[in-house]
Amino acid sequence: MPARTVAIGSSVGLHARPAQLFVSKVQAAGMPVTIGRPGSPAVDAGSILGVMALGAKHGEEVELTADGDGADTVLDELVALLERDLDAQ
Amino acid sequence: MSEHETRHGIGVSGGSASGPVVQVAPPVQPPMDEPTPADVDAALQHVLESFEAVAVELESRAATADEHAVPILTATAMMARNAGLHQGAGNRLKAGDGPATAIAAAVEEYTAQFEALGGYFAERVADLRDVGARAVAAALGLPAPGVPPLTEPSVIVALDLAPADTATLDRDLAVAIVTQAGGRTSHTAILAAQRGIPAVVQVHGATDIPTGTLVAVDGDAGEVAIDPDPELLEQQRVRREKRATALAASSGPGVTADGHHVPLLANIGGVQDAEEAGPQDLEGVGLFRTEFVFLSATAAPTLEEQTDIYTKVFAPFEGRRVVVRTLDAGADKPLAFADLGEEENPALGRRGLRLSQALPQLLDTQLKAIAAAAEATGADARVMAPMVSTAEEAAWFAGRARAAGLKKAGVMIEVPAAALRSEHVLSEVDFASIGTNDLAQYTMATDRMAGELSDLLDPWQPAVIDVVAAACSGGAAHDTPVGVCGESAGDPLLSLVLVGLGVASLSMAPSKVPAVRLALSLHSVEQCKELAAIARSARSAADARSAVRAAANPALRELL
Repeated sequence: MPARTVAIGSSVGLHARPAQLFVSKVQAAGMPVTIGRPGSPAVDAGSILGVMALGAKHGEEVELTADGDGADTVLDELVALLERDLDAQ
Repeated sequence: MSEHETRHGIGVSGGSASGPVVQVAPPVQPPMDEPTPADVDAALQHVLESFEAVAVELESRAATADEHAVPILTATAMMARNAGLHQGAGNRLKAGDGPATAIAAAVEEYTAQFEALGGYFAERVADLRDVGARAVAAALGLPAPGVPPLTEPSVIVALDLAPADTATLDRDLAVAIVTQAGGRTSHTAILAAQRGIPAVVQVHGATDIPTGTLVAVDGDAGEVAIDPDPELLEQQRVRREKRATALAASSGPGVTADGHHVPLLANIGGVQDAEEAGPQDLEGVGLFRTEFVFLSATAAPTLEEQTDIYTKVFAPFEGRRVVVRTLDAGADKPLAFADLGEEENPALGRRGLRLSQALPQLLDTQLKAIAAAAEATGADARVMAPMVSTAEEAAWFAGRARAAGLKKAGVMIEVPAAALRSEHVLSEVDFASIGTNDLAQYTMATDRMAGELSDLLDPWQPAVIDVVAAACSGGAAHDTPVGVCGESAGDPLLSLVLVGLGVASLSMAPSKVPAVRLALSLHSVEQCKELAAIARSARSAADARSAVRAAANPALRELL
């Protein structure tokens, strides 16, 4: 299953606004996507409460996986999103 | 002679408005004796429908909300549709809880997780609780708590407003806010001031005024007239028009009638505030609170991370001043990576500069990042330390700031000790800024968060004005400028008193700048000194305010 590791770009972490943008994109992808800290159990990336409860802070690395047709493209897009400072826009 | 009833409270956001009352429904608790559902599947269906109704309602509000509120509402709607939450509620139903109790319990499980994360994550707890409260109300068939959708210009009346309520208020339809609780520094007060919505808090019996009653709200005088006379409505209308015309005509630097320059600056707390304040008619930033950089972090933010953030904040202010308050944390605003342990009395504990002295490497990194960002943007960055009490502390801070390459180092004056000994404290630094909210708290020995003690925290308290005067006279002894950043600076009448005491600059919510600029333009420094003397000779806060108001230029008086 394809996977990517990315550092959170948002200055205040993956909280409400960045989490909402991220989860919306995951839900639009239409395939199972997970997010977690490398080496720890991952959570459903389509669950906003799961993503927020992860509590990923600015600069922290998270691992994404996706399963389905075009999973690599989906992951590349999600990585690009997480790398940006979504709070500064 | 007026016939209507007038209720008095504390005006926290100026201006006047009238309209029918819309009462904000209070939060609903699940009944203690909610029966165990006979049919768990049917109960689960009911719970899912309740959550879905909440999601649909929040989405429809997102469709009409202003752009800042949309992400919050969309995220909150998404929470209501969260499968984990539904599953949690389902488990509680199977264990024998009724639908409303199951919803509340499932929400509480997640809020506990968020609270454990701290910082910005903990702040999202209010949104999640809002989802829970709405779903509980929906499951019980009760009106949703919070502000109902407005159909005409209305006066919002509540016990107190939740952040989610104020964030989504439609400025065109929410013409004024009245709350029974809340205080001068409550969320409602700050938000209303930012958005320029007239607001009065601490109005006794406000929640008893029936929905639909016409009221006239005066956010300057702190008065709410019930079923107001036509004459009062007409007076307010005339005043509003004059005020709008006068404020629209005020522009440029702050200058008194006799040409004395008093820079008018913005208080900001992050990148977004900076970007909004940047294009406005302001001479810079008088208070940049840096807590947000630290509060959500699990590890101390690095030099590079901080430089990046400060560069974004400074960029809109190239060539203008930005006064940065260094880290102001402590037991009430704990940092995951700098925990000095619990304190019985955090307001009097190791906070502000005292925390920096315990952990100097944190301060040094911050100072270096500020210097680097100033270099990168061309902003006139100056730093000041919070919670300074003595000349030794001021000297210690100034030494560290200069070692980091910063040319101007100052202190906040929030502790009466620093004000009383300002001649010595200020001899160590280049400037000072009085934080009037904390200064009032420490002068009056009154917790800022205690809404019922708001009268003691009135910035017109003559004792607080005396302490400000002491700080200014110490600054004058060696020409060290003393500014004010705090609620007082944004009150047009009080700003005159401050200038009369010798205050050199005023920093406030950007929406308050035009009224203060206008007030200054109508008074000479000599008149400001007279007003300051009048305020200091008053026996009480109310006397001080009314005497200064009576002595101020009538052209200003009729606008307030």
